[in-house]
Amino acid sequence: MSIEPGKYVEKGVEWLSTNASGFFDAITAGIGGVVTGIETVFTILPFWLVILLLAALSYYLPARGQLFTKKGWKAGGGMAIFTVVGLFLLYAMGYWEQTMQTIALILASAIIALAIGIPLGIYSARNDRAEQIIRPILDFMQTMPAFVYLIPAIILFSVGDVPGVVATIVFALPPAVRLTNLGIRNVPKDVVEASRAFGSTKRQLLYKVQLPLAMTTILAGVNQVIMLSLSMVVIASMVGAGGLGQEVYKGILQADIALGFEAGLGIVILAIILDRITQNLGMGSKMNQEN
Amino acid sequence: MSDIQVKKLNVIFGKRKKEALKLLEQGLDKAEILNKTGCTVGVYDVNLEVKQGEIFVVMGLSGSGKSTLLRCFNRLISPTSGSIIMNGTDILKANDQELRQIRRKNMTMVFQHFGLLPHRTVSSNVAFGLEIQGLDEQERIKIAYKTIETVGLKGYEEQMTGQLSGGMQQRVGLARALATDPDVLLMDEAFSALDPLIRTNMQDELIQLQSKVKKTILFITHDLDEALKLGDRIAIMKDGKIVQIGTPEEILTNPADDYVKAFVENVDRGDIVTARSIMFENPASIRIDHDGPKVALRKMRKVGVTSLPVVDNDNRFLGFVKDEEMAALEHKGDVKMSEYMHAKKEVMAVEPETPVAELLPLFLDNIYNMAVVDKDKRLLGVVVHSSVIGEMIRKDQQEVVKIKEEGGLVL
Repeated sequence: MSIEPGKYVEKGVEWLSTNASGFFDAITAGIGGVVTGIETVFTILPFWLVILLLAALSYYLPARGQLFTKKGWKAGGGMAIFTVVGLFLLYAMGYWEQTMQTIALILASAIIALAIGIPLGIYSARNDRAEQIIRPILDFMQTMPAFVYLIPAIILFSVGDVPGVVATIVFALPPAVRLTNLGIRNVPKDVVEASRAFGSTKRQLLYKVQLPLAMTTILAGVNQVIMLSLSMVVIASMVGAGGLGQEVYKGILQADIALGFEAGLGIVILAIILDRITQNLGMGSKMNQEN
Repeated sequence: MSDIQVKKLNVIFGKRKKEALKLLEQGLDKAEILNKTGCTVGVYDVNLEVKQGEIFVVMGLSGSGKSTLLRCFNRLISPTSGSIIMNGTDILKANDQELRQIRRKNMTMVFQHFGLLPHRTVSSNVAFGLEIQGLDEQERIKIAYKTIETVGLKGYEEQMTGQLSGGMQQRVGLARALATDPDVLLMDEAFSALDPLIRTNMQDELIQLQSKVKKTILFITHDLDEALKLGDRIAIMKDGKIVQIGTPEEILTNPADDYVKAFVENVDRGDIVTARSIMFENPASIRIDHDGPKVALRKMRKVGVTSLPVVDNDNRFLGFVKDEEMAALEHKGDVKMSEYMHAKKEVMAVEPETPVAELLPLFLDNIYNMAVVDKDKRLLGVVVHSSVIGEMIRKDQQEVVKIKEEGGLVL
């Protein structure tokens, strides 16, 4: 006797690809649209404007409230300089287009992952049963090696950016759900009770009390989602997703050390910039709370 | 607004509530029910009436079910059975929308740990209830500013609440509860998290505020002194049941059982126990137009006292006379009682609400007993020295006898 769960999954995926192809085509078109849309915006703008905008953002977020002071410069100045230098380096090395592709892939995956993950997190924070069901699924999604998602992704979404984004979403989704859930559950009980005692509806409770108080934690989740998305760019390139990941993958296939190093360096620079920017999203709201 | 009636209220926590309720009705106690059904009884068979405009205090130790009981009023906790009638309708039967209306308009709450929104300013916190009602911003901020002034926080309107001290935060909590102008305030250990000095302060201010706003206030506390100070009436809870309901004085002078007795033993009673509760009612008296010195002496002998109050035909108190005075008067012969009483000057009497602590100094230079009179000076009763002393040292007659038997100093 042998048990072959893999076979059942295979059968299931096959069934889906034959019977629900219209559905998956629609998803393909949708995700593809989001990716190209973002990519177009970033490539239409001149490179120096993109650099300036990102540098301004990485300065503004940590320095907000004290923009043109010494303190503000201390908080955000270094990161702004790093952003300018790092992105200019990428431009000078000739990886500008790939960098913009990668940013588009990451943003598309992260936005979709957050759009699914945050509502799911809210739902599981309100419903213990839902949390009990969702938690093991998230564990499964995170521990399953990310490469495995590529196989059904190819079958259902063919090759290109879209299966890459789909695999990235599956892999990057859990922290959005987890941290939203955690943030809302950690809102002090008496504050929630007070809100109810004054006659708030569930919706008012959520928007006026729970989400604002959970924001720091939720934004930590946003940071996690973006970083996990970034960590998928090379893996996603194996199914045809473009960008810097594609260059690294080429470097591997061709044993091209120079290419691999340059593209890898690009990913590192991008990682640092995105991490700091999104980290400071959360920091800011924490500062507001303390004030 | 009318009184609130609570009838046969039960709160049971756990999965097998119906079973537990049945067992409860059969008279099983908390521990047995927990054993048999795994359910905890939070509140058991509570019947009470909160009168409009009074401060009703529920006092009990932690785990006595007092906070659970309070949360039944606005249904933050849903009771298992019973009814709470306000304005002729049962709050426990209200649907979600009616319940929200009750919470928005009729009943607000003040919390032990304040429950303020840390990401908002004082005024925005105070305006929270109005915001939930959907009032537009200008209107609600206007009301909020006014309410902030009444709780004495003027000037702090645009501060973040996290920057305020505990006492000030609770003022914000109180202002938030008052801003919607509810009929009923539910206060859950509202001052328990504050420093003793600030707590006393807040209690004084609540009493002052209440004399202006005249809300019906349900106040929960574990502190008997606080209960006695604030409460017009007090309910004492133990193990989810109400042990006694009464005015502070009733609770102190007539504890329902040993539990309450043990509670009130160490309380400073002097300010709470009043002349009314230690006086002898309908005392023997001398009617000025009717009785002469001879009759007075006979009455004294009959009752076994050395002095008696003198009253007129309307039972108005005129003064005390002692046996030796009467004897001298009788000896003299022709002096009438009314003339004699007229010659006596100082006539001292107290009102029934006078606390014992204020009575005591009056006895220092008073050779007579003390008369208790109503507003029209009608004699209600007589307080004797020994009752006052007994009350102040918190011993009743039996205990005094016991102390004597155990051998005091005998001369």
